[in-house]
Amino acid sequence: MPEAQLAVREVHGWYGESHVLHGMSFEVAAGEVVTLLGRNGAGKTSTMRAIMGMLPQRTGSIAFEGRELIGLSSNRIARAGIAYCPEERGIFASLNVRENLMLPPVVKPGGFGIEQIYALFPNLRERSTSQGAQLSGGEQQMLAIARILRTGAKLLLLDEPTEGLAPVIVQHIGEAIRTLRRQGFTILLVEQNFRFAATVADRHYVVEYGRVIDMIPNSALPTYREKLQSYLGV
Amino acid sequence: MFELIGVSPQALFGQLLLGLINGAFYALLSLGLAVIFGMMNVINFTHGAQYMMGAFCAWMLLNYAGVPYWGALVLAPIVVGSTGVLIERLFISRLYHLDHLYGLLLTFGLALVIEGVFRSQYGISGLPYGNPLPGGTNLGFMFLPWYRGWVVVVSLAVCLATWFLIEKTRLGSYLRAATERPDLVQAFGINVPRMITLTYGFGVGLAALAGVLAAPIYAIKPDIGANLIIVVFAVVVIGGMGSIMGSILTGFGLGILEGLTKVFYPEASNTVIFVVMAIVLMLRPQGLFGTPR
Ligand SMILES: Nc1ncnc2c1ncn2[C@@H]1O[C@H](COP(=O)(O)OP(=O)(O)O)[C@@H](O)[C@H]1O
Ligand SMILES: [Mg+2]
Repeated sequence: MPEAQLAVREVHGWYGESHVLHGMSFEVAAGEVVTLLGRNGAGKTSTMRAIMGMLPQRTGSIAFEGRELIGLSSNRIARAGIAYCPEERGIFASLNVRENLMLPPVVKPGGFGIEQIYALFPNLRERSTSQGAQLSGGEQQMLAIARILRTGAKLLLLDEPTEGLAPVIVQHIGEAIRTLRRQGFTILLVEQNFRFAATVADRHYVVEYGRVIDMIPNSALPTYREKLQSYLGV
Repeated sequence: MFELIGVSPQALFGQLLLGLINGAFYALLSLGLAVIFGMMNVINFTHGAQYMMGAFCAWMLLNYAGVPYWGALVLAPIVVGSTGVLIERLFISRLYHLDHLYGLLLTFGLALVIEGVFRSQYGISGLPYGNPLPGGTNLGFMFLPWYRGWVVVVSLAVCLATWFLIEKTRLGSYLRAATERPDLVQAFGINVPRMITLTYGFGVGLAALAGVLAAPIYAIKPDIGANLIIVVFAVVVIGGMGSIMGSILTGFGLGILEGLTKVFYPEASNTVIFVVMAIVLMLRPQGLFGTPR
C-alpha cells in the first residue's frame, strides 16, 4: 500500500464521561475510497468527528499528509484540506441553496467550480434560490456533498450519504462518488448499506465498540459476505 | 386640512421630526442588541452603558485630545467597540456553556459598574457638547435643524448597511449559519469564536455610535443610557428579538408613533410604546418580526 494520506492511530474519544472510541486505527491512501462499516452506535460518526476535531475530547494520533491533527481546532483541520459532510447533512435552513453552496471557504486551490458542481448535481441549479429548509432529503444530501467540493479539500468525509434516500437518489449519489474518485479525491465513507458500499469503495474497515476489528478489500467482499453479515448483525 | 384635525402643521411636523430622531436612536440601539442576541444568544444589558460610553468618549476625545466631532464619530465606536471585545474575551465567553441567565446577570452588573465609575468621575450634572452642524433650513411647512437631519440620515444609512452586511454578504452568511450550527461552520474552516468576539464588538460599536450622535443633542450624563435602554428593550420586544430588518423598522416606526402621540394625545406619549408592547405580547408574543422558538 502507498504511504497513507490519512493515518488514524490508537484514537480514543469521549463525550464527557462516556468513552466511545477505544483505540481506533486505520489508514486511507491518496485517491482511495474507503468505508467504515458497522452497526449503529459502533463509533463511525464519532470517528469522523474526531478527525474533524469536533469531538469534545480525543487522544492518539491523526496524521493527514504527514501532519499531526490531534490538538488542532476544527477550523485549522478544515484548512489543512479535509472536508466533512455530516450524517444529519447540516444544511443551514435560513440560508438559500446558493448561500449554502458558497458557504465553506476555499481552503486549497483546485476545488470544483460552480459549473462542475451543477454538472454533477443538476437539481441544485434549479433550486438555487430555495431556502435550505424547503429541500427534500435527497436534495439536502446532494447540497451537503456539493458544497464541500468547492473548497479544494482533497479528503472528503461522507457520513452515511445514502441514509433514508430513495433508490434512484442512492444511485445518483453512487455515481457522484465514483466520479469524484476518478477526479482524484480521497473519500472516507461511513455506510451501513454494504451493498451500496461495494459499488463505490476500494476497501472496507469494520468498526465495532469504537475500534476497527477487520479490514476487507472490496474484491474479497463476496467471500466475506457471511462474516460481514454477522459483524453488521443483518 | 390641518384646521380640521386641530393641529398646526408646524407642531405636527415638528413632533414627527422629533419622533424620527428618537426612532433613529431606538433603531441603532435595538439593531445592536439584535445583532448580539442573534449571534450569541446574549441579551446585552450593558448596551445602555455602552451608548453612554460612546457619548463620553466623544467628549473626552474633544476635551483631552482635541479630536472634533467628525473624528469622534469614527474613533469612539472603535474605542468603545474594543472595550466590548475585551469584555467578551474576558467575561462573556466564559458563560456560553451556562444558562442565558448568567450572561444577563453579567451584562447587567457590568452596566451598573460602568455607570458607577462614570458617575464618580464626572458627576450627574451633565457635560455640554457643541453642535457641529448649527443652523438649519426652512422647508416651508417646518424648520429643519441640520444636525437633526444628519442624525436621521446617518442612522438610516448605518442601519441599512448593517442589514446588507448580514443578509446579503458572504460574511453575513457565516454569521447566520453560525447561529444555527457553530460547530459545523467552524469545521468548514471559519474561526467562529473570533467571529463571535468581533460581532459583540460591532454591536457595542453601534451603541457607541448612537452615543456620539446623541452627544450634541442631549447633555452627556452617566444615566442617559440607563433611561433610554428601557424603551429600547420595549422596542426589541415589539419587533422580535434577533430580526435585523425588524429592529430597524420597529425602531423608526415606534419613534414616529411616539411623536404622533405627542401631537394628538400628549398625555400618553411616555407610555404609548409600553402600551404597544403589551398589545403585541398578547397577540404575537414572538414580536412583530420574530419567529417563535
Ligand atoms: N453527542 C453525544 N453525546 C454522548 N454520547 C454520544 C453522542 N453522540 C454519540 N454518542 C454515543 O457514542 C457512541 C458512538 O456513536 P456514533 O459515533 O454516533 O456511532 P455510529 O455513527 O457508528 O452509529 C454511541 O454509543 C452513542 O450513543
Ligand atoms: Mg453515525
